[in-house]
Amino acid sequence: MSATTPSVFKRILPQLIILAVVLALNVIVFPGFLNIEVHNGRIFGNLIDVLNRGAPVALLCIGMTLVIATRGIDLSVGAVMAIAGATAASLVSDGHHWTTSLLGALLVGSLCGLWNGFLVAVLRIQPIVATLVLMVAGRGIAQLITEGTILTFIDPGLIRLGAGTIIGIPTPILIWIALGAGAILAVRRTALGMLIEAIGINEASSRLAGINSRVLLICVYAMTGLCAALAGVIVAADIKGADANNAGLWLELDAILAVVIGGNSLLGGRFSILASLLGALIIQSVNSLILLSGMPPEFNLIIKSVLILCILVIQSPKVGHLIYMLRASSLHVPPPEPPSRRVLTPKEDAQ
Amino acid sequence: MKLRTTLLASAVTLLPVATMAADMTIGFSQIGSESGWRAAETTVTRQEAEARGIDLKFADAQQKQENQIKALRSFIAQGVDAILLAPVVATGWDQVLEEAADAEIPVVLLDRTVDADESLYLTAVTSDLVHEGNVAGQWLVDEVAGEDCRVVELQGTTGSSPAIDRKTGFEQALEGHDNLEIVRSQTGDFTRSQGKVVMESFLKAEGGENICALYAHNDDMAVGAIQAIKEAGLAPGEDILIVAIDAVPDAHLAIAQGEMNATIELTPNMAGPALDALEAYFTDGTMPPKWIQTESKLYTAADDNQAVYEMKKDLGY
Repeated sequence: MSATTPSVFKRILPQLIILAVVLALNVIVFPGFLNIEVHNGRIFGNLIDVLNRGAPVALLCIGMTLVIATRGIDLSVGAVMAIAGATAASLVSDGHHWTTSLLGALLVGSLCGLWNGFLVAVLRIQPIVATLVLMVAGRGIAQLITEGTILTFIDPGLIRLGAGTIIGIPTPILIWIALGAGAILAVRRTALGMLIEAIGINEASSRLAGINSRVLLICVYAMTGLCAALAGVIVAADIKGADANNAGLWLELDAILAVVIGGNSLLGGRFSILASLLGALIIQSVNSLILLSGMPPEFNLIIKSVLILCILVIQSPKVGHLIYMLRASSLHVPPPEPPSRRVLTPKEDAQ
Repeated sequence: MKLRTTLLASAVTLLPVATMAADMTIGFSQIGSESGWRAAETTVTRQEAEARGIDLKFADAQQKQENQIKALRSFIAQGVDAILLAPVVATGWDQVLEEAADAEIPVVLLDRTVDADESLYLTAVTSDLVHEGNVAGQWLVDEVAGEDCRVVELQGTTGSSPAIDRKTGFEQALEGHDNLEIVRSQTGDFTRSQGKVVMESFLKAEGGENICALYAHNDDMAVGAIQAIKEAGLAPGEDILIVAIDAVPDAHLAIAQGEMNATIELTPNMAGPALDALEAYFTDGTMPPKWIQTESKLYTAADDNQAVYEMKKDLGY
């Protein structure tokens, strides 16, 4: 199962190309895009902003990739972010140490994930409905915690998680890279990734093959809750306050989009966390492009959707196959086989 | 017969005078707790009613018009003396307002207006969003006093009426002052985090030293932007002038700390002018104007912002 370097590279090549193109567009719009300076011992530049501002979606999409690989989805991550941010802010303003607050927030996030996992794996409620419950209720819970206000705090330890730096690099960047690397190692250096894919492809047969799918599913949702909690703490720390109304609002959709741009199928099965993370960076680069372009804000959503549409069309199996065919015919190489990752699993074929 | 009519007539004229005093009962249909400002408005309305010895019946509509209509009908059934209504939407009020008019209960609109015949309500107490933007612009014009100034603008949620009107008002104030130029204008969705993100991009796209002032459509975005300016190694309030609207407690704190320069108050005290108008109406039948504009007070470093912060922080913002 351990992927060799060339095949990983081949898998993420489309995402790398798209990211390069969007970054190039950024440079065209704003020539100083690639400049990186150091201000007050802090690395400062647009490229750093993309990595830094992409942190919440990057963290969310780590968990979301796993959930989607099991043929599920988690709509509640945005609300869980709000709950976790509110928990951390209220604990720290009650005088607890920031590490306690962080652990408390992560615990609450995992509990939210466990709840989702329980609904999906034990009660067998469809994931989109099961997680919709918490998506709606979660923001209310967060508002109960903050009592409807923006709960501000001044604890330097907690603020450092969102707005601070470690050896000059903004902390959120280090957090998502570390968690992403950890997750990739965990799923690819052990059988975990294969087991998750097995559930996504055919849960019944994976169970017959001896996989404890119920426990694994619950763990995957708990992991997603944990990622969301971390993202929520970062967002709250960034503005030194927990905004229950707006923290993580609609970010679940960006996270799902990042997974899709990463070339993962919403029908479950094969997945690549690395590609999803690149998807998150692509989305953030598009956001950066919109901000730097100086266009009136009325165009923001239109520009974003047109760019995303282009990306998805280029990635679509039909277009991919067409490009392959054209290349094959010009090189006179016979087998016009579509790229391997587009080969449908038996289950998908049956759809 | 003549005597009876006279008695009746005097009773009718005396009745309002009698009810105007401490035993007045007023129903207040609030939208819900949609924002900190809304919570503060509820708190201030309760305080204003208590100070006047008015019995305030409060109904929270949880952002639903049907709940507000139900609340209004129940106020009418209880025979309150007057109704305060903060309408959640503009349309669909005609019937219930007619019912109130039939019961001769005056209705005062707070903060927002409705699309209904003017005769159906006594008056509307609202702020003027365009005027707020205008005050902000005028402050900046006076502050820079003819020097060249490149301004960046953080807009509210695209398409919302506060965003449109506050932008219009600001631009009106800047008209004819060619030394002031809005170089970047982008939405920050009225939130702190988006205000910070967009300000970061402004600072990079224009260069922090080339921006002389920031105008934010609300204080939350300004508070987020202040953090972005600090992280870029600049001094908010000195290197970049900051003016915003709403006057929430955190903005007063920022002004007190010298990190922000001015904020224009969207007062949560809509009930004060409304109750004044009602009292005048009940005392001698004075008809208030159909629109009572609340004051858009400008707060700068010249005011005691620390004291205002202490006063406002417990209002529920």
